[in-house]
Amino acid sequence: MSSSPATSPGGSGTEPNHAVRFTLIWVIATVIAMPIVILVIGPALGSGTDSNAASANQTDMTVLAATATPVILLVMLYLLYAVVFFRQPKGAALEGPAVRGDARIQTTWIIVTSAIVLAIAVFGTVRLEEGDGAGSGSGPSPLTVPKGPKLPVQVIAQQWLFTYRYPTYGGVETPHLVLPVNEEVEFHVTSVDVIHSFWAYQLGVKADANPGVDNIAFVKPTKLENFNVRCAELCGIWHGFMRDKGKVVTQSAFNTWIHQQQTSFAPATKVLPKYSKTYLPEPTRRGE
Amino acid sequence: MRRFVGGGEISLYVKKLFGVGIAVAALGVLIGLYVAAWATSAPTPVAATSAPASSGGGTQLTLETVAAIGPKYSPPHPDWVSYLVHQNGKWVHSTIFNVPAESVVHVTVYQYDGDTGLRNPFLSQVQGTVGGTETVDGKAVSSINPEEASHTFVVPELGLFIPLPGVPEEAKNQCEFAPCEGATHRTITFSFRTGKKGRYRWQCFVPCAAGFLYGLGGPMQTLGYMDGFLNVV
Repeated sequence: MSSSPATSPGGSGTEPNHAVRFTLIWVIATVIAMPIVILVIGPALGSGTDSNAASANQTDMTVLAATATPVILLVMLYLLYAVVFFRQPKGAALEGPAVRGDARIQTTWIIVTSAIVLAIAVFGTVRLEEGDGAGSGSGPSPLTVPKGPKLPVQVIAQQWLFTYRYPTYGGVETPHLVLPVNEEVEFHVTSVDVIHSFWAYQLGVKADANPGVDNIAFVKPTKLENFNVRCAELCGIWHGFMRDKGKVVTQSAFNTWIHQQQTSFAPATKVLPKYSKTYLPEPTRRGE
Repeated sequence: MRRFVGGGEISLYVKKLFGVGIAVAALGVLIGLYVAAWATSAPTPVAATSAPASSGGGTQLTLETVAAIGPKYSPPHPDWVSYLVHQNGKWVHSTIFNVPAESVVHVTVYQYDGDTGLRNPFLSQVQGTVGGTETVDGKAVSSINPEEASHTFVVPELGLFIPLPGVPEEAKNQCEFAPCEGATHRTITFSFRTGKKGRYRWQCFVPCAAGFLYGLGGPMQTLGYMDGFLNVV
């Protein structure tokens, strides 16, 4: 060992108390970063606030980001601190002192990180169920269901188009997705061919569309906005084109629209199969 | 143990390494060229022609659908179902059509294929045409029997949904593969208005790819057979 532990890297003065100095740097950085993460970055996370699910997703992502911020800063700042202050002096050709474990630090690290991970896991689980699935597909039997009346809307995916069926309006099917504002919507997502995924981006809804499966997702749109619908599961050559626009309108505008759809699509409604949670259509005459 | 040649300047090991490097690079270039050629290969666009004055102006597209395109039009896949387009007095294998923006396009489809049926009967209704109908063998209809659908011509972004009924199974003189002139067919006509300029994909929604799982592979997954683009220019 060539360097004395009592000598600073510069070779002058005594070794500073690195633990105190680093902790101070870390606390100051965290105090500066936290408001930025919560107030500036948080509102930009997720898909916006156009529905209860989207808003909840944004809140949850902000909480997770804020929780991760001190941890990330701790690791990154320590790395920088070590690079700057524990750098081997120029010209020194010998190895530094052997690194030995510190039981206190290791124990603290394991306890703190375990507590953080467990807390995040509990938080995520609670929020998922508290938010009635948080906009995600919860399968045919969701664990939690929102109270009160709900508008059921069936999403039928096929290569490469989404169509929407409104069972409480005569089972009319339409290629347009229009929803009333501030009304709880119960999406029933399914497919008539391969696996797709229904993603109403600004509403914070994403649910797999599997053939033979009724995948239920809940959402309450809260803003009069257009939203993008995309397929989020690679489903064939035109997957990239499997998209359309949805619209959130007032209740009266929705009533007008749905009656127009019933009139416009009356010929198709006549030949549609009876409303069902899933469809496994024939024919496969040409297929194997 | 390395052996040295030529005065010990270049070892055999280095030579081998160099050779392997060249071979790998050449293979990479070949694969890259193949992928690039595959990814950029597309049928040549065919422009709609001026419609006769009797139809009220606009442009005209004449298409046909065949159960098997035949070796003349598609040597690699002669047994694939396909669309063809009429250009300069002959049928051309292309599914990319150029049509003018903000205009009426009159389309005639000669449908030589048999029926398959729709997976979603909703698509049996005509949508987005002038008058909300199509004509099938001269008769205006707003929908067809979903079980009798052979193909569809659908441009989702334009809201255009055209179901095409098939030739009945018991019909005589059915076409085996293109060209199909003189064979039994259905004639479907419709007109639609194009909107603003853009590139819109169109496709068939009937699972009509014979021999593939659920009829959804092959020509349903390859540009130039049962799908394409409508270039509104």
